[in-house]
Amino acid sequence: MKIYADNAATTRMSKTAIDTMVDCMNNLFGNPSSLYKIGQEAKERLESAREEIAKIINAEPREIIFTSGGSEADNQAILSAANIGKKKGKMHIVSTAFEHHAVLHTLKKLENLGFEITLLPVHNNGVADVKELEAAIRDDTCLVTVMTVNNEIGTIQPISEIGAICKERGVLFHTDAVQAVGHLPIDVKAQNIDMLSASAHKFHGPKGAGFLYVRKGIILSNLIEGGAQERGKRAGTENVAGIAAMAAALKESVSNMERDKANLTKVRDYLIKGLSEIPHSALNGDAEKRIYSNVNFSFEGIEGESLLILLDMKGISASSGSACTSGALDPSHVLLSIGRIHDVAHGSLRLSLEENATIEQADYIIESVKEVVAHLRSFSPVWRDLMSGKKEFILK
Amino acid sequence: MALYSEKVMDHFINPRNVGIIEDADGVGEVGNAKCGDIMKMYLKIDDNVITDVKFETFGCASAIASSSMATELIKGKPVSEAMELTNKAVAEALDGLPDYKMHCSVLAEEAIRSALEDYNSKK
Repeated sequence: MKIYADNAATTRMSKTAIDTMVDCMNNLFGNPSSLYKIGQEAKERLESAREEIAKIINAEPREIIFTSGGSEADNQAILSAANIGKKKGKMHIVSTAFEHHAVLHTLKKLENLGFEITLLPVHNNGVADVKELEAAIRDDTCLVTVMTVNNEIGTIQPISEIGAICKERGVLFHTDAVQAVGHLPIDVKAQNIDMLSASAHKFHGPKGAGFLYVRKGIILSNLIEGGAQERGKRAGTENVAGIAAMAAALKESVSNMERDKANLTKVRDYLIKGLSEIPHSALNGDAEKRIYSNVNFSFEGIEGESLLILLDMKGISASSGSACTSGALDPSHVLLSIGRIHDVAHGSLRLSLEENATIEQADYIIESVKEVVAHLRSFSPVWRDLMSGKKEFILK
Repeated sequence: MALYSEKVMDHFINPRNVGIIEDADGVGEVGNAKCGDIMKMYLKIDDNVITDVKFETFGCASAIASSSMATELIKGKPVSEAMELTNKAVAEALDGLPDYKMHCSVLAEEAIRSALEDYNSKK
């Protein structure tokens, strides 16, 4: 059985997205900035993609800036808000400890430039506390940036509440919605979102395309100079085929959202129940406030990379927060932020499901994970020490 | 290209000399769970020759393969020769490791040495 369960990393392109992309490449090679017909046809396609995307998140077309993906959108949103703040003498930013590195590294850069950064704890359930966030906002706060859905543990953040607080306090609110767009309903007006980042390849679109929603009136700073594209805010000839495919993929994802949510919620909960049967394991992140596609477990006494490779051999593609999977020394900052100590964070498994996942597949995953975990524990000195009582179990 | 060589995969999937030796003459444990790798080596030594060796490893595929290969390289060898085992020899015997996984072979070398030192200290 072949099961792709790493959709938080990337998704396979939908047929609609591929067809759209190929059609654009075949028939719309023109530069949208050119004034002749071939160029203007490409321009029209670009603008219709902008309209479609804007409509889906209840924004105006001119509030959508196309980018190369989520990371660029995060960088531009945060640096722009920082520049706006700096002019007003506001150099404090509030975020959370478990943001994507596109956000955290940008904040680090700003910290080195003299900004003060408050990273809120996300507690054992992986959900930011609205009251703590409200208390962290100061008179000199220029930006609050909190992700909509965490990319590793899938926890859904209270962004509507955060948006309302930011509006009341007059602070810009950005959300990295890379894991949410196409999977959860987004209404930037109702949710008081000032800026939002999204990436096409997380909802069955192509890699290399994304967008930043920016509420009108907010002045963006350029990351890329050199042309009048995207109203002068993002230079470079537009990725017309990628952008058109992104719009097509998003439209399709959103139209299937209710159906997918119903199916995946069932499969996700079945997986959580099945994997919980493995002794000394634990679900990472809140079981309820969680995107319907995400399952993330820690298994004590084993290391994640070995787990992934053995699962790969059984046809299951998944990921882990273990340091060994990334070449880093520390395990996932997300798992550490929810209080998992290193030993347990290394033994984690993230399954992010594809929309057509079935209970039959879940059974196969559960059976495979049980077998592989037992195998790795059978020659783990850590497991031996835990079983002999020399060391105490962390996950009961 | 695959992440690991066929040899690494072979030793990871079918690790040699897995387990413990109850009455070992030398035991060595290196690494820590914080970093994500722990190796424990058990040696049985007769007349300064390593007659049996077993290991247990908590870690990634290359850590498991490195431990397995290291046990193969010293089994049946005199203690003096085993003391000379280098991480480079372990990595080479595995047809190479990715750069960022070379520390796994270092850990295997250290685990063997630690077990041999334990043996020497008991003599």
